[in-house]
Amino acid sequence: MPAKIESKTAKSKWNGYSLKPRKEMPDGLWMRCGKCERMLYKSTVRNNLNVCPECNHHFRCDSDVRISTLVDEGSFQEILPDLRSSDPLSFAFRGTTYKKRAEADVKASGQLEALRAGRAFVKGRGVALTVMEPNFLMGSMGAVVGEKFCATVDLAVEASLPLVAVCASGGARMHEGVVSLGQMAKTAAALARFSDLGGLFITVLTHPTAGGVTASFGMLGDVTLAEPEAMIAFAGRRTIAETIRVELPESFQTSEFLLEHGFVDMIVPRSQLRSEIARLIDYCRK
Amino acid sequence: MKQDKTTLGSITHFDFEAKIVVLDEQIEELRALSSAKGIAYATEIRQLQNERVASLKQIYSNLTAWQTVQVARHPQRPLFGDYLELMIKDFHELHGDRCFGDDQAIVTGMGQIARNKVMIIGQSKGRDTKERIARNFGSPNPEGYRKALLKMKFAEKFGLPVVTFIDTPGAYPGIGAEERGQAQAIAVNLAEMSRLKVPIICICIGEGGSGGALGIGVGDRMAMLEFAYYSVISPEGCAAILWRDGSYAAEAAAALKLTAKDLSKLGLIDAIIPEPVGGAHRNIHDTVYNVESYVATTLAQLKRTPLEDLLKKRYQKWRRLGTEFTVHGGDQPTFEQLELPAKPSGTRSEQTTTRM
Repeated sequence: MPAKIESKTAKSKWNGYSLKPRKEMPDGLWMRCGKCERMLYKSTVRNNLNVCPECNHHFRCDSDVRISTLVDEGSFQEILPDLRSSDPLSFAFRGTTYKKRAEADVKASGQLEALRAGRAFVKGRGVALTVMEPNFLMGSMGAVVGEKFCATVDLAVEASLPLVAVCASGGARMHEGVVSLGQMAKTAAALARFSDLGGLFITVLTHPTAGGVTASFGMLGDVTLAEPEAMIAFAGRRTIAETIRVELPESFQTSEFLLEHGFVDMIVPRSQLRSEIARLIDYCRK
Repeated sequence: MKQDKTTLGSITHFDFEAKIVVLDEQIEELRALSSAKGIAYATEIRQLQNERVASLKQIYSNLTAWQTVQVARHPQRPLFGDYLELMIKDFHELHGDRCFGDDQAIVTGMGQIARNKVMIIGQSKGRDTKERIARNFGSPNPEGYRKALLKMKFAEKFGLPVVTFIDTPGAYPGIGAEERGQAQAIAVNLAEMSRLKVPIICICIGEGGSGGALGIGVGDRMAMLEFAYYSVISPEGCAAILWRDGSYAAEAAAALKLTAKDLSKLGLIDAIIPEPVGGAHRNIHDTVYNVESYVATTLAQLKRTPLEDLLKKRYQKWRRLGTEFTVHGGDQPTFEQLELPAKPSGTRSEQTTTRM
């Protein structure tokens, strides 16, 4: 249902010389698509699951949008919503601290941490769900993310639910040092046990998924789904470019690149994510 | 200080060891004098040597985080190869991951440590330029992690305990590594090591570079040499991101709490293996001996533990990691307090929305 920009608005803004829509738009109403560069009405994009109606570019989703577009309306029941990091290293840098940065990102993102967890229904199928918040410290994984993720695995075990993890993260959270690194092993250990107990784990890799999250629960799904054109990586593009001093192709580390190299089961557009997850659950139901 | 005599002059000194360099020169001078002129300076030499040991102790007990990183990267620091030679008897290297190739950055094989038959997995940086290039400076590619896993699975089948030696700047960031799934290889290792049915001891002997180190670093025990470091990101990388300038590496190193002492305070490592006075590079034999005795006693402990307990404890160890660093911000219900909503039975149509 690609909604078009309302012609009425476009006409009234026509200055008589150019057919291109005006570049200066009031803040908050319009946005520009990073791929096709068209000016888009924000609410149109929002109603289209945060996907560009013109070129099908998938915009980054914050956790609220992700949850509302993925699960049945009002079915998300959050666990541990108030869990926060106690700043194990008392990390300070460049005149600021981890705590201050986290506080600023709480205001910016409206979330207390980079992962939201709970149970929900997807097309009527009960799931344990984790969703990452890319606007909170790049969606990085620290002690809280690991703990909440494992609590969700426990929940899935207890209620024998399939587990769905939507990844969007810059990797491990360096402000928590090795504590954050350890979360990779922690989540992997929880998933190994979950798998031994016969649980179904579906990962959805979205833009961007990198570093410690890709190298732990991101890549441990029984089924790995990815959104189109998402950046999914282990090492950052810049790190690689600096290490080997080679210009990297545009398509490097995209969902399509991973599909080609065999690390993703399928690329699913956002509009079909719900039905695909529901279908997978139905196939794996014992 | 026998070791010192043999390597004297060839050891690379750090800036913070200026005092040692001066003392070394004085000792050498006196020695030269005594042999040339036949005057006995034995007492003076002994005095200077005592002073030298005292100041070495003083310097090395007060190393900053950044200095520790430098010690861990010292060109003469004992590498995995030295442990293989001095500590492991009857080593038989096993090559290849059966999928792509044989990554030289990770060496795997069977051998004996203090009469225990074990599977040994170690990251190897290489000593000279030729070897360093062959071993990719200790940065493994995915096939290295897959090789390690394959050998661990083999060890599991025949009940051989696994001992891993961690010494890597990090998993290799390259095009091939991404194409062959560096992230997936590490992730699978983490999951499989958490449930491998044999004891696993991990020892960080030099650099513990992030996911690249963790990829062979999940086990029952994690030990670190006194001046090794273990970090989520290299200090330079952290400085480049958070300080926006790689030259702030010293500040980043301090902030990251990456030394053995700090990590033990945080409860992330189980043991600190002491290094000889002046760091491992000054006395390789003593370093290897310390590691060997740690492995021997720990192996004996782990072998006595019933397998079921061992696995449960290992799971709990990792599952609890970091939990103490989380706090509840308000009075919202915790997971335990939360009531599980009833499973919908026959309500699928009600639950399904038609939005899509």
